[in-house]
Amino acid sequence: MIRPTRSHPAWIGFLVHRLSGLALALFLPVHFWALSRAIEGEAALDRFLAWTEDPLVKASEGVLVVLLAVHLAGGLRVMALEFLGWRARQKDLVAASFGFALAVGLLFALHVG
Amino acid sequence: MGRRMRGQVLLWSLQRISAAVLALCVIVHLATILWAVRGGLSAAEILGRTRGSEAWLAFYALFALAAGLHAAIGLRAIAAEWLGWRGRGADALWLAAGLATAVFGIRAAVGLYAA
Amino acid sequence: MEGTLTVKVARSEGPVEYQVPARANQTVLDVVSYIQRELEPGLAYRYACRVGMCGSCAMTVNGRPRWTCRTHVAKVARRGVLELAPLAHLPVLRDLVTDMAPFFEKWRKALGHFRPREAPEGEIPDFALIPPASPERQQADAGIECIGCGVCHAACDIVGWNPDYLGPAALNRAWTLVNDLRDGAGAERLAAVAGDAGCHACHSTQSCTAVCVKGLDPAAAIAGLKRRIFWQDPFGWGGG
Ligand code: SF4
Ligand code: SF4
Ligand code: FES
Repeated sequence: MIRPTRSHPAWIGFLVHRLSGLALALFLPVHFWALSRAIEGEAALDRFLAWTEDPLVKASEGVLVVLLAVHLAGGLRVMALEFLGWRARQKDLVAASFGFALAVGLLFALHVG
Repeated sequence: MGRRMRGQVLLWSLQRISAAVLALCVIVHLATILWAVRGGLSAAEILGRTRGSEAWLAFYALFALAAGLHAAIGLRAIAAEWLGWRGRGADALWLAAGLATAVFGIRAAVGLYAA
Repeated sequence: MEGTLTVKVARSEGPVEYQVPARANQTVLDVVSYIQRELEPGLAYRYACRVGMCGSCAMTVNGRPRWTCRTHVAKVARRGVLELAPLAHLPVLRDLVTDMAPFFEKWRKALGHFRPREAPEGEIPDFALIPPASPERQQADAGIECIGCGVCHAACDIVGWNPDYLGPAALNRAWTLVNDLRDGAGAERLAAVAGDAGCHACHSTQSCTAVCVKGLDPAAAIAGLKRRIFWQDPFGWGGG
């Protein structure tokens, strides 16, 4: 059971922000490694892109896009609290950040198809 | 403030400054992704955009630098709180990891420019 | 309300269950007092004012820190069951009593005491005139009603993960004094609350704000400290 001191929107927002950040930070070196294929020329990059056509890989790309969107929106929420002192509607802002990530994920799914 | 505490304040500020830079970069990046994936990705298409473009090179280099630092400072906090990794040694390690990731990313950006 | 309440108390010797008659308008502190008077004279707990002023009666009630003298059983009991434990993140002295010394030590480290501003050289010290309605005073007033109960400190995960962290109560107090125009220790206080054990450790989870018994917003106070330090001296160069 989720602890009572953690069952409120801002805490869920914190956890999502932390876990998405963790996943993105671990993915970053992999992403750069894949991109460095470009240095080896167009053929090597195309071979790599062919591999990403695998539905499983495409799905994980979609997950990464959603993680990026949710981390962006959650980060903006925290910065709004820290730098602008926006505190009255934190609950709504958490919801809005999740909504934004969902929308980006849907757009990605539509465009990929 | 002692020197150690100054370093901690500096890291926090770098985290927020890199976050502001990343916010802009990520919006551009997400838009590019959503635009580019329509109808499938090809090397020719990606390189056609980035090859010889100083603007994309500068963008991706700044993006990689901010992302490397931001990720390392974030991992530092998680490791301190969840694994108990603290102290000067850990800090030096995270800074090195952040800069190495950034260099790695900038190298890839140069690759996209020069390919 | 009729019937009985089942009260599980995390005592030092281990958990013990008591049956307590349920009454209308009963507070959690009433229940604890009943146990101590009628069932278990050796039960250790703490309270003083019974009216929400002294901040001494805080405990963990069904997993959440609360001020027990102002918490009605009807609001928090789950199917007639109350689970009581001492406040989290502090050493337990006995049963439901925690040692508050580390909590107030953090208060001291955050320079949580008022230090009057010196009169300028050659001037005669006089009363400061601070209109109560001025924005500065209102900002100081926003966090001033803290009773030092430790409820927010117990709810903050970062305190649990980083025991050196000064925590929401001490930082809320520091922000209150930073905004007090009569206080003269502002720069020193900002230096005392910076860094990994201070306001920069806070991740804005806002659990402190969610539980504060006085409806204060320590998370916003901490954000204020971060903001003030950022605009004065973002890189720790010692300017500003
Ligand atoms: S907002 Fe900061 S001080 Fe308050 S509970 Fe969260 S981490 Fe702790
Ligand atoms: S800020 Fe609120 S919860 Fe925290 S010690 Fe003060 S009164 Fe208690
Ligand atoms: S007994 Fe004083 S606040 Fe509860």
